[in-house]
Amino acid sequence: MSVTSLLFYVFSAVLLLSALLVITARNPVYASLYLVLAFFNAAALFLLLGAEFLGLILILVYVGAVMVLFLFVVMMLDINLARLQEGFLHYLPLGLAVAILGVLELAAVFWTAPLGHIPAPGAVPADADNTRALGELLYTHYLYPFEIAAVILLIAIIAAIALTLRRRPQSKTQDIGRQLAVKVSERLRLVDLRRPRP
Amino acid sequence: MVFAHLTSTPWWPALWSLLKIVFVLVPLLAAVAYLTLAERKVIGYMQIRLGPNRVGFRGLLQPIADALKLLFKEVVIPTNANRFLFLTAPVLAFVPAMLVWAAVPFGPDVAIANMNAGLLYVLAVAGLGVYGIIVAGWASNSKYAFLGAMRAAAQLVAYEIAMGFALVGVLMVAQSLNLSKIVEAQAGGGFWSWYWLPLFPFFLVYFISGVAETNRAPFDVAEGESEIVAGFHVEYSGMGFALFFLAEYANMIFVSILTSVLFLGGWYPPLAIAPFTWVPGIVWLLLKTAFLLYVFLWIRATFPRYRYDQIMRLGWKVFIPVTIAWIVVIGIALETPLRSLLR
Repeated sequence: MSVTSLLFYVFSAVLLLSALLVITARNPVYASLYLVLAFFNAAALFLLLGAEFLGLILILVYVGAVMVLFLFVVMMLDINLARLQEGFLHYLPLGLAVAILGVLELAAVFWTAPLGHIPAPGAVPADADNTRALGELLYTHYLYPFEIAAVILLIAIIAAIALTLRRRPQSKTQDIGRQLAVKVSERLRLVDLRRPRP
Repeated sequence: MVFAHLTSTPWWPALWSLLKIVFVLVPLLAAVAYLTLAERKVIGYMQIRLGPNRVGFRGLLQPIADALKLLFKEVVIPTNANRFLFLTAPVLAFVPAMLVWAAVPFGPDVAIANMNAGLLYVLAVAGLGVYGIIVAGWASNSKYAFLGAMRAAAQLVAYEIAMGFALVGVLMVAQSLNLSKIVEAQAGGGFWSWYWLPLFPFFLVYFISGVAETNRAPFDVAEGESEIVAGFHVEYSGMGFALFFLAEYANMIFVSILTSVLFLGGWYPPLAIAPFTWVPGIVWLLLKTAFLLYVFLWIRATFPRYRYDQIMRLGWKVFIPVTIAWIVVIGIALETPLRSLLR
């Protein structure tokens, strides 16, 4: 067994184990930290394939930003596990149905296109720049799907802000524009102290 | 003879990698130790004090005394803390601060790993340090630590975006993610051909975001002594505290060296004429880094701490729009005859 395939099995094993622990960990903070570990191992698998752009972006976006916000929220919540587990039997049939459907769909995909028939990638030159290759494909051949995805993301951003935006009239937010527009004459009064006032 | 024999053995590549790591990390940790002394001295002189001057000649052994003191301190673990995460958090802060140095180029093709996606690597790994802070704040089970962690998380996410955009500008002009190639793209002429001039807004945004990312004054609300005691590391003592400290200072040096690499021409001399070109490139790189570190200390001695909402405003409402606008400007410039000014 070569070093690469040994590494592949190590990373995959840790990935699967941490993914399992995400859903079984009793403490939600532990669960999100296991998810971070899972992302890391997925990124390592991308790197083993030579897809350094995808691997690093996975760490940058999911580990560096998304999971930080996740942890942020999870730590603030006081999650009562006993109450969460109450509904377990109630939701079990629905969950099982979704799981079986997912397995069937995956089976259908593998049935029609067996993994063995996908050709192995050819030898990649050492200085191959897959960031450039990806960019050239995205901005030429896949330009429209790429732009549509961007617009959908933009709509989602605006919708998320609009849904949570609430204006509180009594909040004392600083208005920088008004602060800068202040004139000296409105704020400052010079008093001559040498002459006693009558 | 012995050396030639050594290089031909099958485990030589692994040993060589380890040696390179030692060659980078040992001077780095020494630099961290003496940066703490430099900080106290520089701020001391700025405030018309002498700074530490008792241990060794003019206080030169002060960092060693500090390190020994921290080593022999008892590690106190609060009763209600989450023991495992409490002990893991300093490691989570320290490891990314060391990992980023893998991609730093010290000269043409002199780096632990001269990787293709070096810029992306440093951005991705530098963002991981925040886990140490968040986990420390949560595991300490203390109000002050938790408040510090929350502040750090919000601040780091805000400034990482501006930082990322500033780096996008650099890679648009350099046409490469490889840090060595970015430096080589700044060659020719002298200090006017470095990227700080055409990318001046990015240079400012990157350096200020770097100050914010390392939780340094005036962006040190995560520690905020006057408000929340010491923020995320209130409960830490001894080596746990020392690891946070080492990580913070190593990150400062890293931000300075990366700013020199990306915007100040890396190892190139300011003028490509005789007396300047005699000096080896690494000396120029380290001089630029040292100057930026001095700016870090200078800023700390000069500005009062930002208020929390002002930090958020600066990050989200000033830096991000400025960088996006300048990316558009650079994008247009690259499609017009102006590109000759940029490359």
